[in-house]
Amino acid sequence: MKQPNQLERIKIAYNCRKATYLIEKKHLSKINLVEAMELKMHLAGCSVCRLFEQQSIMVDRMVRLLFHDQEEVHPKLDDVFKKALQKRIDEQVKKS
Amino acid sequence: MSVPVNSSHQWVELYADYLYSYALSRVHDVDLARDLVQETFLAALEQPEKFEGRSSERTWLTAILKNKIIDVYRKRSRAKEIMSSLDDLITVETDFFEQGNGHWKAGHKPQLFGMESFDPLSNKEFNGILKKCMLKLPSLWLAVFTMKYLDDEGTDAICAALKISSANFWVIIHRSKVNLRACLQKNWI
Repeated sequence: MKQPNQLERIKIAYNCRKATYLIEKKHLSKINLVEAMELKMHLAGCSVCRLFEQQSIMVDRMVRLLFHDQEEVHPKLDDVFKKALQKRIDEQVKKS
Repeated sequence: MSVPVNSSHQWVELYADYLYSYALSRVHDVDLARDLVQETFLAALEQPEKFEGRSSERTWLTAILKNKIIDVYRKRSRAKEIMSSLDDLITVETDFFEQGNGHWKAGHKPQLFGMESFDPLSNKEFNGILKKCMLKLPSLWLAVFTMKYLDDEGTDAICAALKISSANFWVIIHRSKVNLRACLQKNWI
């Protein structure tokens, strides 16, 4: 049993798909100790995934900012639509 | 008569722009956001007893709108969408990483964005690209993304609202980020 286990470890150490998955999970939630070790091992030897992690953190910050900027803009409805809408509400109230 | 009915003649003036802005940043569609505002007011008129003055009127209306937005997410991700969304997941799998060993494929390795000399957060052009890239995500992914990054909802709440498993949630987050990063690289460099 020992050997396939070790083989499995080595596979993970070189698996960028798994490593990037763990990077995402780590930054939004948490990963367990074994996963954290696996990821550390992988990143120690993989500069591409280290770059991915840096950029992933940056993208996270930018996405949050973009969403909040959009809210700050306060887009408004046009007056024609608003008038019609209030009229519709008033009619509905009268009916009931 | 209960409170909301009494003040309903002021609803549009007081809350319409706020609700519209709230909806638009979550469904990313002008016409749909307008429809949702209207539906929210009409739904509120039909359940004035649910208001009961326990929260502010705005909070109450926002809660109704929020449920309607989740309905939109669900509708969008149903049937056809789910299929294409799953297809997309598989495509990403083989597009970015080698099937056997999970290595980055040669053409898809992350590269430096070449933006080390300025702050990307304050760069308008870069933000524009990011927005375009986000809107390219399949709608279920974008829904997950919006709930997580805009509203900071917990994983469990998102999974329950969108009816997905937590394993799927993480797969979607991973795929979205790999795609988004790649889209930025492709359109920026």
